[in-house]
Amino acid sequence: MVTVNIDGKNVEVLEETSILKAAESAGIWIPTLCYSELFEPYGVCRLCTVEVIRGKRSRLVTSCNYPVREGLTVLTNSDKVKWIRKLIMELTYSRWPNVPVVKDMAAALGVSEPRFKSLEQDLAPDACILCGNCVNICRDVVKASVLSFEGIGIGRKVVLPYNEQSETCIVCGACAQVCPTGHIKIKSLEKERGALQDWYLGPKTAINIPTLQAVPRVPIIDEKSCIKMQTGGCGVCSTYCEPEAINYEAKDEEIEIEVGQILITTGYQTIDLKQMSQYGYGRLDDVYSSLEFEHMLNSTGPTGGTILCKDGSEPRAVGIVHCIGSRDENFHKYCSRVCCMYALKFAHLVKDRTPAEVYQFYIDMRAFGKGYEEFYKRLLDEGVNMIRGKVAEISEGYLNNGDKPYLNIKCEDTLIGKFREIPVDMVILCPAIEPQFDASNIKKIFSISQSPDKFFLERHPKLDPVSTMTDGVFIAGCAQGPKDIPDSVAQASAAAARILSLISLGEVAVDPIKAEVMDEYCSGCRMCNSLCPYSAISFQEEKKISYINDMLCKGCGTCVSACPASAIIGKGFTDKQILAELEGILSV
Amino acid sequence: MEQEEKEFNPKIVAFLCNWCTYTGADLAGVSRLKSSPCVRIIRVMCSGRVDPSFVIKAFKQGADGVFIGGCHIGDCHYSEGNYKTLRRVEFMKIFLEEFGIDPRRLRLEWISASEGDKYAATTLDFEKQIRELGPIQLVEV
Repeated sequence: MVTVNIDGKNVEVLEETSILKAAESAGIWIPTLCYSELFEPYGVCRLCTVEVIRGKRSRLVTSCNYPVREGLTVLTNSDKVKWIRKLIMELTYSRWPNVPVVKDMAAALGVSEPRFKSLEQDLAPDACILCGNCVNICRDVVKASVLSFEGIGIGRKVVLPYNEQSETCIVCGACAQVCPTGHIKIKSLEKERGALQDWYLGPKTAINIPTLQAVPRVPIIDEKSCIKMQTGGCGVCSTYCEPEAINYEAKDEEIEIEVGQILITTGYQTIDLKQMSQYGYGRLDDVYSSLEFEHMLNSTGPTGGTILCKDGSEPRAVGIVHCIGSRDENFHKYCSRVCCMYALKFAHLVKDRTPAEVYQFYIDMRAFGKGYEEFYKRLLDEGVNMIRGKVAEISEGYLNNGDKPYLNIKCEDTLIGKFREIPVDMVILCPAIEPQFDASNIKKIFSISQSPDKFFLERHPKLDPVSTMTDGVFIAGCAQGPKDIPDSVAQASAAAARILSLISLGEVAVDPIKAEVMDEYCSGCRMCNSLCPYSAISFQEEKKISYINDMLCKGCGTCVSACPASAIIGKGFTDKQILAELEGILSV
Repeated sequence: MEQEEKEFNPKIVAFLCNWCTYTGADLAGVSRLKSSPCVRIIRVMCSGRVDPSFVIKAFKQGADGVFIGGCHIGDCHYSEGNYKTLRRVEFMKIFLEEFGIDPRRLRLEWISASEGDKYAATTLDFEKQIRELGPIQLVEV
């Protein structure tokens, strides 16, 4: 511990503490624009200049990076300090007269009008004041060192290498966070983050609980957004976690399990609403996707289940727009099936929890299940406004009396044959259900098929709705096509029963379509050996002929047609059979 | 002459692989799409099963065109049967020319199980082409 005298007060602090910190602990304010506890002090704004007296010698130093020494006397408000501080402030102020932090600091230091004319005056309120916070945090905390200074004197500026988006940048947003003027803007932060968080209302952080119903309900670290995992920097969370539960080394691992049957239930994703700019999703406040609204309705959600607009007010009217991307020639031709009913549920809950008017914009009402039509009828009685027609555009509108802006829904009401404009405060879009973006990979892995809409194709729509073209691979749920929870459960149960019936049999019936070598004709040319994709054909050295392993052969017939001696017969598809077929179909 | 052309009903033999094009043709039917009525389908487990002699035999039996349908490259149910078909068809076209048969009468297409519309469109297009080429004329030796 060392004792220093700051403005006449004796302060006892740890060695190597900066004067600025020591003064702070004594309750003495020293102005600064560039100091942050997050990284090594940089001493660039010079505003924290103080007078240091050691023995008979007095010096002006920057207090943020000047460590205390035993017996040091510090003056933070001497005439000399005041004079130099004001001069520095005037110089800074003259260059960036409109930046709020500079303006406030100037006011605090009693500078109202700078005496200097700046050559490089920057009038933008969000101009870069060269404090270096971004460069320092990127180097010291994030450890990515993406940003750096370029040039000297008045030409100095913060740049990215070659002024291009760098691959080293992990878009953590730390630089934007520490920027005192808001000069740094992150354009596509949301895009870079984990897909899970796309519909998450409320704060988005690298550590989160992905869904409220998560089991076990513990937070996870999003690898893409975690600075520690990306660059090895930060690591703040581990210093706070007392039970030391945070493990940055945990990695995804591949485990190989041998199974006899596979059930594919990879589910669905919702269409990216931002590609339909006319609906204003992501652009206008209070335009929500149905999953976001569902999240808002949840009693453990961000609003505790209260229906609120982004500004905290209760909506006066709510519009629910069906068929966004489904039943649409431009996106998906099919009906997403579940939207009509959950839209009705939303309407019911909005009516239940708020006095708001509810408008449903639908193409056709498809209340297809047990009890659904009755629910639709009940909603009509509750006074929900049903407008049959497709919404053309959602835009922002203003009332004359300076009230808050509303959302204007332009649509065609096909029942009365008129164009209408409906003002609402909140819009809920019902996005189309579509196959997972990587469904084609799954398809390749299991060599199953996809129907034209890219959902997995069942073997037969009526007779075999849960199995696929590949034996032992089954499908259920939205991976096969849009469906609601009861249907998914029913299909999954059917698939499970199919699988169990095969397991209880204990043996698997194999297709009898196989190729067979007729020993007496095989000349042992070995042409077929390399053709077989399953390596089912081997050469018998002692007999000098090829032999097909029945268990490996899948019956494709490639070897049959390649055999120059016609010594291989494809059972079920022999040359004789096919040639006879040919003769038959060409005889008429 | 004109009358004769009107009466020309091409015979097209189609060898379709069980997993992709045959299912695709089925889908075209289930979807009520109009595909060529001149196509006479022979199902094979894989397009790789199509022996060149089948094609020659088909032409000899009076087929005006032969259509081979398989899975897309990389999608073959049997991993790589369609690569072999591709190789064979290129060879066959050379031989057909030597036999005095226009190689355009043989067509290979990749049509997946989901491409019912492609099956319908391709067969119609092939039928059109065969009509333009006219009835097959085999040189008697």
